[in-house]
Parts: sequence; structure tokens; C-alpha cells
Amino acid sequence: MSLLEAVNMALDYEMSRDPNVVVLGEDVAENGGVFRATQGLKQKFGFKRVMDTPLAEAMIGGVAVGMAAQGLRPVAEFQFQGFVFPAMEHIVCHAARLRNRTRGRLSCPLVYRAPFGGGIHAPEHHSESVEALFAHTPGLQVVIPSSPQRAYGLLLAAIRSNDPVMFFEPKRIYRTVKSSVENNGLALPLGQSFVLKAGRDITLVTWGALVVEAMQAATQMADQGIDIEVIDLASIKPIDMATILQSLRKTGRLLVVHEAVKTCGVGAELLARVAEEGMCLLKAPPVRLTGFDTVMPYAKNEAYNLISVGDIVEKSAQLMEDW
Amino acid sequence: MGEMLRYLALDGTSVKDWSTVMSSAYLLKLYQHMVLVRLYDKKAIALQRTGQLGTYPSHLGAEAIGIGTGAALEDHDTLIPYYRDMPVQWMRGVSMTHNLLYWGGDERGSDFPSLSGDFPFCVPIATQCTHAVGVATAMKLRHQRSAVLVNLGDGATSKGDFSESINLAGVWQLPVVFVINNNQWAISVPRKLQSAALTLIDKAKGAGIPGVSVDGNDVIAVYDSVKEALQRARRGLGATVIEMHSYRLSDHTTADDASRYRPEEELKAAWQAEPLLRLKQYLINARLWTDSKQHEWEQSCGRVIEDAVAQYHATMPQAPESAFDHLYAELPQELHQQRDALIQKAMRMEADNDG
Ligand SMILES: Cc1ncc(C[n+]2csc(CCOP(=O)(O)OP(=O)(O)O)c2C)c(N)n1
Repeated sequence: MSLLEAVNMALDYEMSRDPNVVVLGEDVAENGGVFRATQGLKQKFGFKRVMDTPLAEAMIGGVAVGMAAQGLRPVAEFQFQGFVFPAMEHIVCHAARLRNRTRGRLSCPLVYRAPFGGGIHAPEHHSESVEALFAHTPGLQVVIPSSPQRAYGLLLAAIRSNDPVMFFEPKRIYRTVKSSVENNGLALPLGQSFVLKAGRDITLVTWGALVVEAMQAATQMADQGIDIEVIDLASIKPIDMATILQSLRKTGRLLVVHEAVKTCGVGAELLARVAEEGMCLLKAPPVRLTGFDTVMPYAKNEAYNLISVGDIVEKSAQLMEDW
Repeated sequence: MGEMLRYLALDGTSVKDWSTVMSSAYLLKLYQHMVLVRLYDKKAIALQRTGQLGTYPSHLGAEAIGIGTGAALEDHDTLIPYYRDMPVQWMRGVSMTHNLLYWGGDERGSDFPSLSGDFPFCVPIATQCTHAVGVATAMKLRHQRSAVLVNLGDGATSKGDFSESINLAGVWQLPVVFVINNNQWAISVPRKLQSAALTLIDKAKGAGIPGVSVDGNDVIAVYDSVKEALQRARRGLGATVIEMHSYRLSDHTTADDASRYRPEEELKAAWQAEPLLRLKQYLINARLWTDSKQHEWEQSCGRVIEDAVAQYHATMPQAPESAFDHLYAELPQELHQQRDALIQKAMRMEADNDG
């Protein structure tokens, strides 16, 4: 099963289980979403629970807040992460703050879904990774699955969460990463990372589509006798520092890899936390491998901005050599 | 739908006198441009299907809107287009090669020579409306006798950016013309699920500016309505919203499959009203055109298009580090290191590809 199908299955499961769950967004009903993440849901649950909205993200963002305050559990789709911006005001000023502002009287149990990231040769504004913008906002949770199984479990958790969740789906691996997923309704915990491969020499933390390259790099490095522990961060906010620090106790070396731009990215936060909380565990300065601080190039030059297996191999070899 | 401006009926007969709007010779020119951009569109889709172009939004069915609008603009006016506006840009002197570069994933597609600061394509829906109003404000402050033309789709009228823009254009009496290409669909969402308003120009009423309803498949009507609105704007009489009734004959983009949501009969009916057919019929009836002229013209269009494609293919790739070179007027010192790292990475990638 693909990551995309797992998203669809989680939506289907939770809509069947909980009549308060509704789906809304542009093209989600009749067309099943431009990526087909909501395919078949309208046929099964009807227009009252799977709603095609007019083309207006500010409205989608805000309407979801109102629905959620009434006890519905809206799952709102933004067609691409680049089109979440019109809704920023509602996400940042309202969804993230309603609970705090009413001292807990009202809340926003909603999920904002959006595909994100580069690597599919999309037109402009379709390829950026801006998870850091949301991680910077108090009151939000930010979740990024990197496998069908985690997409299923984390999306269930996101829908069941009593606070707003930004759920970003790495579209580059929507169809390419496959695994079997049991439709058992079991949620995975939010705020927890997943150790995908144990290792002794380097702690590699990454998320989203880059998990694929990270795992391949780890295999290549293993041939050279270097043992990388690969951690899928999965929850960008809140961050599971315990798993990272525990890993660093073994390895003493941290490499954070993300596709988003470098400056003020999530990598910066991770390095800062490690400096604060785990400096003494380190044998080497913690390092980042990130996108450049540029606008994501259009398709022709996109590859230069994406991180390859070779980049990770090189960076981790350097980390070992230098320290 | 109310009164809709139209000069040519579907069978190619004149239903309204247009002798003061343009000459027959000019109409023929517009027709030729329409044929050219339709053939270009077909070629672009073929290029996409064979992996030579990225995702591409067809303008099939929008030829009259694009060519008529572009013809009505003057050089000193400013065009603020959206992504489906290759035909208007073509009339503004933007080459096909630039369009191919843009959809081929090369930033230089927006670096075209322009007479008056025309904007590049706008992908985030409706945001261009606000820029148009800003440009119009600058023109007004400077007492320029120019106007701004901004294009958008029917879906775009649902966004706040559109409402906020027409509102300001009304309050400040700005020299701007909003042209809505109402092609009945915003990806899979039909016009009636976009707004409960009977017509989209009803929205202009709320902003206190005039709205005009036009047959967007009739190039004379498009040209006439836009020309008049631009003149009003240049004379300081304020903004206009024009709703061009048309139909998106293609998929939304090459990444879309419209057969999933669009009724086949509706599409069939729309082909009866498409913009080239009736015009060709009119021109043939008026003895201005023949099938053999059509054939010759298509041949020469084919050559123009092939030349543009050849130029597109022959364009040297952008340097990888060009991603840094237009970010700031002057690249901040701290980014020089990243720029160097990108150059090294690119050299390594090229070496890997060769090896
Ligand atoms: C702000 C924003 N939201 C969503 C999209 C994705 N999207 C691209 S085109 C489109 C439909 C636009 O329809 P319409 O305005 O009617 O113009 P048309 O493409 O039909 O000419 C959508 C939803 C986008 N580009 N920008």
C-alpha cells in the first residue's frame, strides 16, 4: 500500500468510527483530491461529510476553526503547502490560540493536511518545505509521516488529538514508498520519534521524503563499517528530544538532514536543543545538511537543491573523519 | 445570465454591427493569432506528454479572451496575468520560447523584454488582483494616462484577494480592468459551487464598479469590451469588472483528468460554441478566408512553433548557482559560502552523470 492510500484508509476508518469527522477542501469530494487522497470518501459518506469548498483558503482555514469549536473534527485539505499561506491568519491567530484564549472553554480539534516538498517537477510554489513556520507557532502540532504505516497511525492520532495539527505529507514518496498497513484503527503517538535503524557511530535525524535517502545512505555507510542510527523525527512539534539524546549517548555524533532551507529551519532548533541539553554527549560538533537558503528552483534546477544519498554519505563520512 | 455582449452568432453570422469596433482586416489578423496559439497549445501538450515540458495549463477554448484582450491593450498599459495567459502575453510580445522555458521549469521564462513592466505569471490564485490595484494606484498617483489589466479565473473570484481588490479599486477609482475568464470550472469544482451569485459581475456591484458580461468566445466582443474599459480607466473614470463567458475545453492542466468529473455532453455542447469555429465561418462567408489559406497559415504557424521549440531546446541551461543570483540586489556575505557549496555540488553531480 502507498503512503497516499494509507492516508485515504485512515480518513475512511476514522470517518466510519466517528460521525464528527468531516473532510473539506478544494476538489476533495467529486475529484477525490488532486492527488486522490480523499478518493471514494464522498461516495461513501456523502457531500455532508466530504465537502468541496469554493476556492478560498482563508475561508477553509477559518471555517474549520468554527466547525471544530462546535465539536466537529474537520480535516481540511490544502491542495499544496504553498497554498496554506492565505489561511495563515486563521491558523496562527485563531486555531492555535482558541484554547488558550478561552482558558480551555473552546478548543480546535482539527487537522490541516497538505502535500509538501520537492522532487516531482511541479510548477512554482508547489515544492517548498515550510514546516518550520508552523513549528514556530505556539499551540500547533506539526506532524510529517514518512511511510504508509506511519501516515496511517499518525493521521488517526492527529484527527483524535484535541488540538490543531498541521499534517504535512511528503508528496515525492506519495506513491513510491510502499508497505503493508493493517487497517486496525491503532493510532501512533504524536510527539514521538521513530528509530528506523539502530547504529553506533552517528545519529541521523530526518523526516519526510528524505527518510528514503537516509536509509540508503546508512546502508552504504555500513559497507564502510560506519554504523548510522536513523531517526524519523515524525513529530516536528512537539519534538521528542528524549529519543535523540538517548541515541547520542551511544553515538556522540549528530547529523540533521532536512529539505527545507537552512536558516531558522527545524535543524537549527535540534542543534540548539542538543547544545543545551546534551552538549556533554557529543564527540563532534553537531552538523546539518539542508536545502540552500534560496527559493526552491523550478524543475530544471530542482535537483541541485535536493539532498541525495551521496550528499548524506559524504557528510557523514566527513563527520567521522573530522572527529 | 442577462445581457451578454456578442457580435457573432455560433453559425458565424453577425448579430450586431461591429463596423466601428475594428476592420475586417484586423479581425482576420486576430483570427490568425488565435489559430497560432491554439496550435502552440497542442504542441506544448505534446511536449509535456513526451517529457520535454513540465506541468502545463492548456488555454484551449480561451483563445478569443487572450488574443482579444492582448489586442486591446496598449504598450504603455500594464498586464498582470495569471498562469493560463500565454495568448495575452504573446500579444504583448512575449515569445513562445519564454513560455516554454517557464513551463519547462526555467526561471528565465519570466525574464522577457517588456514595454511597461508587465508582471510574470501568477500561480497563487487571485493574488495578482492586489498587485494590479497597486500598479493602478501608482499610475494614478503619477497622473499617467495608462491602465492595468488583470486576468483571473472564475474560481479566483471566490478569494478575498479578488473582493478586496475590486473594493479598493472602487473606493479609489483606480485605472484597472479585471477580466474574469469564466471557463465554468476551477479544476473539478463547477461554477455553481463556486458562488451562489447569479453572475460573477454581481460581485462588482458590491464594490460599486461597473460589471460587463461578454461572450468570451467572440473575439470582437472581447476586444470591444476590454478596449472600452481600458479607455474608461485611462480617462480617470475608474475600474471595470468584465466576465468573459467561456469554457475550459481541456483538462485543467496536464496533471488533471477532467473526464473524472466533467459530463461528456457538456463538453460536446461547449465545442459548438468554441471561439475559432464561428470566426472561421464568418471569415469564409465574407470571402476573407478559404480552406486553402487556412492550410497555408497552419503550415507557417507550424514553422514558427517549431522554431520556438528548437530555440527552447537550444537554450543553454541556467547555471545551478543562478538560484542565488537573483535573490537579492546584492547577495548577503553569509550566502556566498552556500553559493560556493552549490557550485561544488553541481560539479560533483555533473561528474557523476558523465562517469
Ligand atoms: C491559492 C491557491 N490555491 C490553490 C491553488 C491550486 N489551483 C491551481 S489552479 C486552481 C483552480 C483555478 O480555477 P480558476 O480560478 O477558475 O481558473 P482556471 O484555472 O479555471 O482558469 C487551483 C485550485 C493555487 N494555485 N493557488
